[in-house]
Amino acid sequence: MDFKQDEMHQDLIDMYRDFAQNEVKPLAAEIDENERFPDETVVKMAEMGLLGIPFPEEYGGTSMDNLSYAQCVEELSRVCATTGVIVSAHTSLCAWPIYAFGTEEQKQKYLVPLASGAKLGAFGLTEPNAGTDSGMQKTTAVLDGDSYILNGSKLFITNAGPAETYVVFAMTDKEKGTRGISAFIVEKGMPGFSIGKQEHKMGIRASATAELVFEDCKIPKENLLGEENKGFKIAMMTLDGGRIGIAAQALGIAQGAIDETVPYVNTRVQFNQRVSQFQNTQFELADMQTNVDAARLLIYRAACAKDAGEPYSHLAAMAKLFASEVSSDVTRRCVQLFGGYGYTREYPIERMMRDAKITEIYEGTSEVQKMVISAWMGVK
Amino acid sequence: MNILVCVKQVPDTTEIKINPETNTLIREGVPSIVNTFDAFALEMAARIKDTQDAKIVVMSMGPDQAKKALKECLAVGADKAYLVSDRAFSGSDTLATGYILSEAMKAVEAQEGPFDIIFCGKQAIDGDTAQTGPQLAEHLDYPQITCISDITVEDAKIRATRETEYGKEIWESSMPVLVTVTKPPYEPRYPTIKTKMAANKAEIPVLTIAEVKADPEKSGLKGSPTRVKKTYVPVLNKNGIIIKEEMAADSAKKLAGLLSDAGLV
Repeated sequence: MDFKQDEMHQDLIDMYRDFAQNEVKPLAAEIDENERFPDETVVKMAEMGLLGIPFPEEYGGTSMDNLSYAQCVEELSRVCATTGVIVSAHTSLCAWPIYAFGTEEQKQKYLVPLASGAKLGAFGLTEPNAGTDSGMQKTTAVLDGDSYILNGSKLFITNAGPAETYVVFAMTDKEKGTRGISAFIVEKGMPGFSIGKQEHKMGIRASATAELVFEDCKIPKENLLGEENKGFKIAMMTLDGGRIGIAAQALGIAQGAIDETVPYVNTRVQFNQRVSQFQNTQFELADMQTNVDAARLLIYRAACAKDAGEPYSHLAAMAKLFASEVSSDVTRRCVQLFGGYGYTREYPIERMMRDAKITEIYEGTSEVQKMVISAWMGVK
Repeated sequence: MNILVCVKQVPDTTEIKINPETNTLIREGVPSIVNTFDAFALEMAARIKDTQDAKIVVMSMGPDQAKKALKECLAVGADKAYLVSDRAFSGSDTLATGYILSEAMKAVEAQEGPFDIIFCGKQAIDGDTAQTGPQLAEHLDYPQITCISDITVEDAKIRATRETEYGKEIWESSMPVLVTVTKPPYEPRYPTIKTKMAANKAEIPVLTIAEVKADPEKSGLKGSPTRVKKTYVPVLNKNGIIIKEEMAADSAKKLAGLLSDAGLV
């Protein structure tokens, strides 16, 4: 067991951090305030290779690994959780299932532009009545000659709008429940596919979150991803990997909140002493950093297991459960240390608290993570 | 077009602290970076390479750890890197450094071909002497243009914008030429994951005094007439006064009164 970062990973962390601090942080407050999707940042990230980190070079990626990908999401989220989730949803939820389940033709056509950053990706599973109970899909796909006809809608889809490639799930056999779900690759602009209402959210406000609407949407038969009726497994395996990304986002938010709080308490004076001189402040921050480091180790362990080709579903679930709850807890406590100023938009700490909450909800709620972990433990 | 960029690895001066007892820099735990002006010089060279056929070689004199700085350069436009390193070079002042670099450059040219333009940062942010570049030009007997913020290459000559206290000067020079670079109106580019990974794996040749064929009498402490007599932290001037009335308006009035009394307004 070796807890030391190797030189390559450390060099890339430095690079991600440099980019995040200089290019992402200056925009974070403005894009949150205006709910503005940061197109310019996506272009820069594409140029640097940040949109295809764990995929082979032959498919447009950089041939790095999931550990480095998680570290990238962490560093971005440390200053802007919105930017973190753009990369995470694109990489884990859209590019990855095409990499893992796509045919060679599908990889050339769709993965190469995704991994090289020429196109952004999204993932459509959730529906109005199929959230955590994602097996209750109402969207249907009917084979008609050389095409599938999709009807229905998807809700709360990250990157919906800016994304050009969507991995979408629909029922191909209503009788069979989760064994009747299939996955499809849908392109923006395909007839009958449109983007519906944009959501106004509590946090990660600059990330695009919208409805996908399919009205007799005709897609070529060859855009079926994996086998027919095997889509639910694709969705579940995709979410296993996605959890590493969201856990890294949660970790980044929490570390970012501590980064902001330490210099603040070191200079803020109350009762004729710096707030940092109160032992309560010292103990609070020590406790928070310990939890953040524990989350980091869980996440890196899950990412390394995935890179090694070992079972990681339960490890990713533990990482996401712990990191997201730490993130909510730490950001709330950091606002408390800031006091009244922490509640204002003069400081980024309230934004971080708003951003943290979603990590306990999306890509599997904390409760779902506990179901995954207890099932792995053999608890019946 | 064959370009040499000379770089120095320096401590990040924004994070530097001074030991109050010894008055020396605390180097432990201070990250090392590529000297800011050298990074600007490399970016200027990389912009030439963006538009025309050019090779960029970077060279640094320093300890083995300076390879890290050279690798950073390889990730943002440099094609080849050389480290000039030998115990006999340690303690060199700018005179000795200029001399060693001029000899090292000849050794590098034997491998890479003659250089048309030599870029240096205008000064290092640790020593701040701004002497090494000009001294290197003198040792080579090359024309030099210092403190440039822009450069264009036209046929067999360069045209450079030189920043001065009084405004901008436009200079032309034949090649080979040495230029020193100040802040241009743009920032150095970011590496990409691919260039970073390639740079990380790159082998960097080390040139010792034997390969450089430098005269030991002109190198290191022996070749350095400069001696540091004393380093100290300037005493903060505490003669100022603080005006802090209960109301800001009263503070302003008091300040205006004091300035008026002193005949300053």
